[in-house]
Amino acid sequence: MSGVVTLEVTARRQRAEGVVSLTLARPDRGRLPDWTPGAHLDLVLPNGATRQYSLCGDRWDAHSYRIAVLREPDGRGGSAYVHDELRAGDRVGVGGPRNHFPLVPAERYLFIAGGIGITPLLPMIHHADVLGADWTLLYGGRSQASMAFTDELAAYGDRVHLVPQDEHGLLDLAPWLAAPRHDARVYCCGPAPLLAAAEAACRHWPPHSLRVERFAPKEHGPVRDEPFEIELARSGRTLTVPRGTSVLDALRAAGTDVLSSCRQGTCGTCETPVLRGVPEHRDSILADHERAAGDCMFPCVSRARTRRLVLDL
Amino acid sequence: MLADPAPLHARLRDAGPVVHLTRHDVFALARYDDVHAALVNWQDFRSAAGVGLADFSVEQPWRPPSLLLEADPPRHDAPRRVLSAILGPRALRRLRQEWFTAAEELVDRVLAPELDVVPALAEAFPLRVFPDAVGIGREGRENLLPYGDFVFNAFGPRNEFVTTAAPHAPRWSGWVNEQCGRERLRGDGFGAAIWAAADRGEIMPEQAPLVVRSLLTAGVDTTVHGLAAVLHAVATHPDQWDRLRARPELARVAFDEAVRWASPVQTFFRTATTDVCVAGSPIPAGRKILMFLGAANTDPRRWADPDAFDLGRDPSGHVGFGMGLHQCVGQHVARLEAEALLTALAARVRRFEPLGPGVRHLNNTLRGWTSLPMRLHLTPRR
Repeated sequence: MSGVVTLEVTARRQRAEGVVSLTLARPDRGRLPDWTPGAHLDLVLPNGATRQYSLCGDRWDAHSYRIAVLREPDGRGGSAYVHDELRAGDRVGVGGPRNHFPLVPAERYLFIAGGIGITPLLPMIHHADVLGADWTLLYGGRSQASMAFTDELAAYGDRVHLVPQDEHGLLDLAPWLAAPRHDARVYCCGPAPLLAAAEAACRHWPPHSLRVERFAPKEHGPVRDEPFEIELARSGRTLTVPRGTSVLDALRAAGTDVLSSCRQGTCGTCETPVLRGVPEHRDSILADHERAAGDCMFPCVSRARTRRLVLDL
Repeated sequence: MLADPAPLHARLRDAGPVVHLTRHDVFALARYDDVHAALVNWQDFRSAAGVGLADFSVEQPWRPPSLLLEADPPRHDAPRRVLSAILGPRALRRLRQEWFTAAEELVDRVLAPELDVVPALAEAFPLRVFPDAVGIGREGRENLLPYGDFVFNAFGPRNEFVTTAAPHAPRWSGWVNEQCGRERLRGDGFGAAIWAAADRGEIMPEQAPLVVRSLLTAGVDTTVHGLAAVLHAVATHPDQWDRLRARPELARVAFDEAVRWASPVQTFFRTATTDVCVAGSPIPAGRKILMFLGAANTDPRRWADPDAFDLGRDPSGHVGFGMGLHQCVGQHVARLEAEALLTALAARVRRFEPLGPGVRHLNNTLRGWTSLPMRLHLTPRR
């Protein structure tokens, strides 16, 4: 197994108005790469678009991932594709998981979710509960019917505060954040105005108390599914990476071994310098700015956005 | 057995996927596929009950458990994330030139027609660069190797290795613990970076000393034995050393192949969280599982001609550093140290000629050398 690149949609379920969840598994139902709460997948849709979705399932289940997708009427087509086209049995390309929103240890947590922003917080809440932390969830949404996963959250009883806007108005954060606490962390995910409100309400808190996840989608060129060429700068050789074959395996078949270990884009052993061309990153290692630099790649999982990549090999 | 575990490894692999070792009442895995599967499956094979023979759910551990090695998710997540970033290949780039220069200096200083390469190179180089990189002071570094050796002995049964050293352990341990405080750690080292992560709230402040302790525990002896293994390998396989000299970029492959071939860390334990089934054989919940990494790394079911040290082989996927979320967080540090040392040696040493069989260093977990005297055939300084 070289890299988890294609997963199968094994289940699809309507979770709320405009929200569907997808369960994803390997076509051979093998073990998936590990993840931690706050992690997201890069979903490479068959129409060429890449979108990031938080993992909101159970990490103790090593054989499936769960994500949830809100239909965004003015989105760029990714959510519409998931809602209108993706069905159980379909396959999707996947990168990661990566985590830029990790849960840090604390005695207490205040989780603040707006709408679909509940997704990264669900596994965090599970962890906080397992660890016996003192936690509270404030969960706002347009209406009760639009708020996903309230059924699962019901099990936590009065730690969960549901605030549908049509009944109770907007989330009022101030009372919850009035007294700064050194032993508490505040996690917030949701629309930009909610993040701004959380930042304002936490201004008098110690630094690093508030952690937010911004969904700031970046425009990429479409992902290439076609074969591409690898040029090895040191030997001057060129080889072709067929569809469905990892760069690592293509290199090996051509007699160029690159030392690797995990083969799922997590350990970092096979890092290879990229001299020209644009890699299609599917690892769990690089931060966004490192991906954008485009000067290295992990050939066990990552591929190419350009017809040719020149590697320092 | 510790001096030459190969016959036992073969017996274990051939006896079946799971072997009940009656003397210690543990279940052994020795085939590559089964060891690999157990290493990555943290859900069914937990670490928090100890990764040695002792079961922490009924026995008091001899020291506060490691936040990395002896922890499971979710508690394992934050310390692991912090240390992975500090020791990742990208973070190590700033050390590369410094360590290559340090290796050249060491090699220039110690090379002699006859040399015991274990103290002179395998021990000297990590002790030269690693404690500096962590940022600890110069005093007392002689405690590092015996402390690490004791920790790895303590994963095994309480035999004479443990009882002989145990009276000294509090002194070694006390010194190591003293080095983990913020005030002891120089500003640009790995240790200070761990404290900086605590300041950013990524781990709890009270966790920081224990994360520093992990570096000092697992970062020295293991690398020493890894370097000794690769030096032993190239000395006993001069054709492979010729290959490396012709293509010094093979240094990384040579080190990983030596880690596969010799498996400096031979074993780790897990504990079954539930009734598990390994290749059809049941292991009851709560029982200790002994994974023979060395046996997996020489399993003919996975490796062609497994006992050959061969730079033409792709050693990728060996379990000498473990696998999965507990995989050696310092593996990139070890590889960089090895690459620096082997590159420096390739420029100066034409051939390592063993003078005798060497003296094994015996340990309940580690497999290494105390002494490997060699005649060195040198090339003129360039």
